[in-house]
Amino acid sequence: MSEPLLDVRGVTQKFGGLVANSDVSMQARKGEILGLIGPNGAGKSTLFNAIAGVCKPTRGRVFLAGADVTELGAPQRCALGIARTFQVVKSFETMQVVENVMVGAFVRTSSAREARAKAADVLDLVGLRTRANAMAGDLTPPEMRRLEVARALATEPKLLLLDEAMTGLTPTEAQQGVELVRRLRDSGIAIVMVEHVMEIVMPLADRVVVLDLGRVIAEGPPAEIVRDERVISAYLGERRRARRA
Amino acid sequence: MTSDPHIKARRENIFVAIGVVFVVACLPLFVTDVYVQNVLVLTLMYAALSQSWNILSGFCGQISLGHALYFGTGAYVTELLFTKFGVAPWFGMPAGGLVAAVIAAAVGYPCFRLKGHYFVIATIVIAEAGYLLMLNWDYAGAAQGIDIPVRADSWAKFQFLRSKLPYFYFALGFAFVAWLVTYMIEESRWSYWWRAAKDNADAAESLGVDVFRSKMAAAALSAFLTAVGGGFYAQFVSYIDPESVMGFQFSLLMALPAVLGGLGTLWGPAVGAGILIPLTELTRSFAGGSGKGLDLIIYGLLVMGIALGRPEGIVGAVTKRARKGRP
Ligand SMILES: Nc1ncnc2c1ncn2[C@@H]1O[C@H](COP(=O)(O)OP(=O)(O)O)[C@@H](O)[C@H]1O
Ligand SMILES: [Mg+2]
Repeated sequence: MSEPLLDVRGVTQKFGGLVANSDVSMQARKGEILGLIGPNGAGKSTLFNAIAGVCKPTRGRVFLAGADVTELGAPQRCALGIARTFQVVKSFETMQVVENVMVGAFVRTSSAREARAKAADVLDLVGLRTRANAMAGDLTPPEMRRLEVARALATEPKLLLLDEAMTGLTPTEAQQGVELVRRLRDSGIAIVMVEHVMEIVMPLADRVVVLDLGRVIAEGPPAEIVRDERVISAYLGERRRARRA
Repeated sequence: MTSDPHIKARRENIFVAIGVVFVVACLPLFVTDVYVQNVLVLTLMYAALSQSWNILSGFCGQISLGHALYFGTGAYVTELLFTKFGVAPWFGMPAGGLVAAVIAAAVGYPCFRLKGHYFVIATIVIAEAGYLLMLNWDYAGAAQGIDIPVRADSWAKFQFLRSKLPYFYFALGFAFVAWLVTYMIEESRWSYWWRAAKDNADAAESLGVDVFRSKMAAAALSAFLTAVGGGFYAQFVSYIDPESVMGFQFSLLMALPAVLGGLGTLWGPAVGAGILIPLTELTRSFAGGSGKGLDLIIYGLLVMGIALGRPEGIVGAVTKRARKGRP
């Protein structure tokens, strides 16, 4: 098999006494959709931060296309082809929608004209063209999610990290999202998606990694994951925890 | 021609700017009163200075109340070079700009790690330290300052006794250049990076923006232009001391026009300066020599009023209305 595009090797992330990621290893290949699931607080967003360069992990390495990127900051990793969305959306609220997307495009070009054209294309792709001139702060929450995806795509990523990008969408919108993710995969991008709604992630993912309490507890094709004892009990555990709370 | 509304709007801006420069350039035909000419020079100078301040504080969101440091640096470098080494202000002003840019980078290196109001306080404290330094530095005249000998009108030495008009046209050119720099930057990736870093640093970094480096670039450019203004002012008044070029009121007077006119907007600083500077000169002449305290009270009330009532400034309020009016 070819070398993986993303190779996470033994990543551990501690916050004081709390171990958010513990010796996590996983790979994602070009043209693959990898589902990353797990109960709340399992460490999924923390792992995204380690891959995108928001914080350097306590231990472990991150490789992109064979190159060690562990020491690089977030902007440099973006330049190398890692893009991500945030679970809690982070728009540039005083900028127009199209300007938000241009910020992403500027990592590949210094020409404002090219960046604007690129932004228009990407906004078409996510169905935000009609909102291009609105202020980002005036968007509805589902539109903000789409803007997050548009900005990430404008950086022309090789690896796209989607952190609950479909949360809060109506079934129709979610269906459009699913189709977009498929199209991106077919264009050769590797996608890692964190998703809570199993009905979305299971049919879409080629492979699934399950995190619980910061550890990888299962990995495999969706059909096997849904039957895995440890996965079932982790999710049952979550429900039990929720009931107690 | 193009139908792209964005490019069209930019082209309109440049035509408006050229029109404004032309009209202002004709003012001395009607305004012969030396006092009024003086006010015009100051208004143009503050338009340029506020435009420079706006690059760092408006676009990049790093509110500085210490720009008097860069203004004073420009004044002192220009005049030290002039009086001690005979270097013409034409070279002294850009030299002052470079020194100020280096100082701004040195200030920014630790301070850009500070958040919000801590950054503002740091800029005030550092500028005050610079003021105290100049107050005690004998070589630079300490508290007595530097008297700039003016013997004859000279373009080579950029000094004029008989007429204010050369200063007026330099100030007009300076204001236009500062506007033009902002205009060009506005559609470069730097301004997008600055605004993104201001709105949300984490998101900006995830999109490839080196937030720290962007802020450093904004600070250096902003300080450079401010110091050129300082060098000009020193020639204009032909006498400098720490109080008259590094006092805190300069930091306020650079910030206020942009805040009043519209933070982070292309026209805000010019509009704000056009209103504010004649107004402060008026209050000063009404209140006589002791006007300084009254000035500060008025500035303070203005900042509070704008912050509470119209945080987007005059230009911001007008464009917002225009946008709402559009279908
Ligand atoms: N910057 C941080 N500082 C301290 N604790 C954190 C930080 N980021 C995440 N955590 C903690 O790490 C754990 C995992 O969080 P997270 O990665 O957000 O989980 P998930 O995305 O799977 O819901 C949580 O207990 C969370 O409180
Ligand atoms: Mg999360």
